[in-house]
Amino acid sequence: MGAETEYGIHTPGTNTFNATWLSTQVVHAYSQETGHRAAAGGETRWDYTDEDPLADARGWVVPRDEAHPSQLTDVEPELTAAQIALEGGETGGRDPGPLMMNMVLGNGARLYVDHAHPEYSSPEVTNPLDAVRWDAAGDAVALAAVRRIAATPGLPAVNLYKNNTDNKSVSYGSHENYLMPRQVPFRDIVTGLTPFFATRQLICGAGRVGRGQDGSGSGFQISQRADFFEAEVGLETTIRRPIINTRDEPHATSEKYRRLHVIIGDANLSQVSNYLKFGTTALVLDMIEHGTAPELQLADPVATLRAVSHDWRLAKTHPLSNGRSLTALQIQWRYLEAAKAHAAANGSSHPETGDGHTADVLARWEQVLTGLGTDPMSLAAQVEWVAKLKLLQQYRARDNMDWKDPRLALIDLQWSDIRPEKGLYYKLLQRGAMERLLSDADIARAVEQPPQDTRAYFRGMCIQRYGANVAGASWDSVIFELPSQRRLQRVPTKEPLRGTRELTGALFESSPDAQTFLGRLLAGAG
Amino acid sequence: MASQEQKNTSSRTEEEQLEDSPLPTPAPDSGAAQAATSGVDDLLDEIDGVLETNAEEFVRGFVQKGGQ
Repeated sequence: MGAETEYGIHTPGTNTFNATWLSTQVVHAYSQETGHRAAAGGETRWDYTDEDPLADARGWVVPRDEAHPSQLTDVEPELTAAQIALEGGETGGRDPGPLMMNMVLGNGARLYVDHAHPEYSSPEVTNPLDAVRWDAAGDAVALAAVRRIAATPGLPAVNLYKNNTDNKSVSYGSHENYLMPRQVPFRDIVTGLTPFFATRQLICGAGRVGRGQDGSGSGFQISQRADFFEAEVGLETTIRRPIINTRDEPHATSEKYRRLHVIIGDANLSQVSNYLKFGTTALVLDMIEHGTAPELQLADPVATLRAVSHDWRLAKTHPLSNGRSLTALQIQWRYLEAAKAHAAANGSSHPETGDGHTADVLARWEQVLTGLGTDPMSLAAQVEWVAKLKLLQQYRARDNMDWKDPRLALIDLQWSDIRPEKGLYYKLLQRGAMERLLSDADIARAVEQPPQDTRAYFRGMCIQRYGANVAGASWDSVIFELPSQRRLQRVPTKEPLRGTRELTGALFESSPDAQTFLGRLLAGAG
Repeated sequence: MASQEQKNTSSRTEEEQLEDSPLPTPAPDSGAAQAATSGVDDLLDEIDGVLETNAEEFVRGFVQKGGQ
């Protein structure tokens, strides 16, 4: 799984700067911060080749792992994860120019400019705590860029916000990605996920002041994003946003996997909300894969999504297709009960022999649903919308403000300022009022280091160790440019769980330079 | 409660009224309530100190281009 965060970008006091240009300055500033980027002498180009490299490499790839995996027992496993495909191309041909649009980071993440926002896409991880860890690392990356810009003469001060709307009809996304077996019918995914997605905002909504896309309606709502969704299923992500997005770029072996691209979530600063967002969604997807998801059908998912968001008192019921109705909390309980049974049956939640995180996700999910049913405010340290609402209500009580007061809108906005001295979430965190799952030191390590148990390790280590010779990279490739070679060398990484430290760590350790590293990969000798 | 279904009888229209209903406040004479109140005061004072000046103008100026 992985997370993508588009940050809101703002220069206080002026709107004259081009948002895309400002976003390039964020990427550029971060490149100035990191030594290995300077070594590469420019940006790491993203490899936009979306086709299977087997198809576009004009016949001279060596797809041994994909064609005959059982016949490669004489080869070290790391080598099968990194078959070399050579792709024609001028070496050093393209000048990145002054506007830096893209970076691949030493922690395996991507930092780039997308739709006039700086975006951080986390490296691939295998569990929800790591998803929180490397998503939070993105906030630290963004903060480092903001600091750098602030210290650079001639540049305007830039603020970044981890939110999802400007309350003036514009929304920008925080996406999740989940790897799924391709054989799961997409219809089952839609059926199983839609009621869950309409209601999971109870545990991971970030809270919003204002209603409607332009925020002109008065009042609080649970989700940043709910009012921007207009369709049940579709391909678009910027217009007529659908609850279930059908984009299908697996960034992996496409016969085996699909990448479920989830666009409905709010960006989360609360670690517990973020953790439950990934953890519960992964569990529901696993249930869908195995046919154990609850059978529920909302009569009108889009209307329900909004109604749930607007009903922060959790009082309403929502019509099902069968003529009955359930509250959002009841729908979440249905999913939790099914997930508990599912995980108990497959052993993943077993305290000793389980996978180490399912039991914790289930326990926290139950704790949150129980709290929402008894005293929602008791969850102010865990659930982001509750934390924000509590602060807003404290202000309203002290200063007798109604929901139209601009200070409440400012609190909503400044909640997500990524600077610890300005961001209100961070103020609560510093006071111990928000629960931590990870220390600042944990997050700082994730800024520098990739996850060890996915191909992000391979990507991140290539950047860290051989960055000067990496001409480009993508989720499923790293492209090397060696002085001794006329052609670029493209290493496909189509298997997300290959390229791990276990499989490639020794090869990195024993290869002092890119030439040696690639030579050993090609020769099949670790 | 997990598996209970109910007829949809509570379709609320008084949303805006609920929005402005008074907040529950602790009884003023309890020691715990006073401690809680002073904690809240302290928090809000701290946040007052970091909030951007001129809220209305700042919020109006936060304009974003479209995203995903």
